[in-house]
Amino acid sequence: MNKKIQILVLLGLLVALLGVANILWGSVSIPLRDVLNILAGNGSPEHPSWEYIIRESRIPQVVTAAFCGAALSTSGLLLQTLFRNPLAGPNILGIDSGANLGVALVMLLLGGSMTLGSVSLSGYLLIILAALAGACAIMALLMLLANYLRSPIMLLITGVIISYVTSSIISMLNFRATEEGVHNYIIWGMGNFSAVTAERIPLYTALISLGLLGALLLIKPLDALLLGDSYAQNLGISIRHTRNRLLLSTGLLTAVTTAFCGPISFLGLAVPHIARLLLRTSCHRILMPGTMLMGAALTLLCNLLCTLPRSGSIIPINVITPLIGAPVILYVILRRKDAKY
Amino acid sequence: MSKENIIELADLTTGYGQHVVTSHINAVLRPGQLISLLGPNGVGKSTLLRTLGAFQPPLGGQIRVGGKPVEEMTSAQLSRIIGVVLTERPDIQNMTVRDMVSMGRSPYTGFWGRLTTDDEALVDEAMQQTGVAPLAARMINTLSDGERQKVMIAKALAQHTPVILLDEPTAFLDFPSKVEMMRLLGRLAHQMQKIIFLSTHDVEMALQLSDSLWLMTKEGITTGPPAQLAQDGTVARFIQCEGVEFDAATLTLRVG
Repeated sequence: MNKKIQILVLLGLLVALLGVANILWGSVSIPLRDVLNILAGNGSPEHPSWEYIIRESRIPQVVTAAFCGAALSTSGLLLQTLFRNPLAGPNILGIDSGANLGVALVMLLLGGSMTLGSVSLSGYLLIILAALAGACAIMALLMLLANYLRSPIMLLITGVIISYVTSSIISMLNFRATEEGVHNYIIWGMGNFSAVTAERIPLYTALISLGLLGALLLIKPLDALLLGDSYAQNLGISIRHTRNRLLLSTGLLTAVTTAFCGPISFLGLAVPHIARLLLRTSCHRILMPGTMLMGAALTLLCNLLCTLPRSGSIIPINVITPLIGAPVILYVILRRKDAKY
Repeated sequence: MSKENIIELADLTTGYGQHVVTSHINAVLRPGQLISLLGPNGVGKSTLLRTLGAFQPPLGGQIRVGGKPVEEMTSAQLSRIIGVVLTERPDIQNMTVRDMVSMGRSPYTGFWGRLTTDDEALVDEAMQQTGVAPLAARMINTLSDGERQKVMIAKALAQHTPVILLDEPTAFLDFPSKVEMMRLLGRLAHQMQKIIFLSTHDVEMALQLSDSLWLMTKEGITTGPPAQLAQDGTVARFIQCEGVEFDAATLTLRVG
């Protein structure tokens, strides 16, 4: 137990380290001395733009990436335990495709008619609200079905069908939209941690903290759920109650991250496995904080890799995450070929 | 024996939705006994076990524990009265035997599920009683079927319930493991004054090692001590299969 807590502490340090690294390095090269000066509140008289980059871009981005990683990974862990399926992830329920659809409606149907230069604050807010509405609509649908679809497999199939339907609607919208609309939508779809500006950070972090708290409160029933519904029920756990709370928590985490950052692939699926490999436990009291920290660390690492080439431009995050996520998932599948899913 | 731990089935009807599987069961389960439920496939053994375990509601009648109807109990109360060992085998990565047995303490632990030193001691005790203490640090997905079954029994023991229900605990085990399993369950029932109720297809072993038999057919359930049911011909009628002879004196079957 003690050793596992040590690993958690080390993971916490790793998150802090990568956070600092993300502030020090970026697409614009700023000397270390100036970064420290700006962080200390002294500013940078010669380069006022540097101060702006650090305060308005890099720091919010670190917070956004860390929270996004923790949120998606936690939501992946919740789903993997709920379905007892190592290949479950936050997008398996189709919640992020709901958010996707909301965004597509705004960008392709409404935003498509706007000129590219006029993506104003209200435009952004509209996108975020639409994503939330889309995700919450799917969530509500799943909650409605959760009481009828007792079998996790049915829920999985439902998620897949939802994804198909939403992607079909999105394709239709794409077909009818203007070129700019499609362009904007594709950019959003690549994932972006810079969309959360400093003044939106409080709302963003508050919403995600709420979802993470909801997940932490489920630690005990989650352990019991690992044994299967019948065993869990026999241990005094209310399956329906737990499942509904789980859906709510997962829905909130997925909706908020997708709305603010775009669909980030693979993290939610891969991180819980990395945390399990590292901590060698299935006990959620250890595994969940581990997954949150690992998610934050890995996302910060991905974000760092996006900006490393220093070409002045930034690689979309979704170019990096599959490169890290896919091998992990492949490893999991190959290692568990004897286990049933 | 106090009435506290007696289970009564009063005019119990089991089934799913509109579909009645077995009706009008009247029987009593007493502490300190190993009780075997025998019957052909599809006769409703699992449905009865699921109903007793409160996984599905009775279609009629009542199950009373210590005189109190089960439907009046909360799931938290029930989790301290009935422990189960099911046929489904939990396939969990990175869970040690000790973790699994500890799950049996869930009905007693607090909000975060942390074990107290008392809980830890009870987990140790349960592992010793079932002989899985040497496996404590092993991952459960590396265990054999027999070992896994014993771990699940240890989980049920750690749950400290006066009743343990087991759905075919001897299925998929080799012969020595079957014998070991039945003897273990008998010992636990006698030493700890528990009601241990199991379903099985191992007729001979049930005849020789149980304190009481429940013979289930389409017509209903006959209960009684093995020797008595053997003497009055109930067992012979129950087995009633071409090429099999039942010897009531030795409680054995002969094929030929």
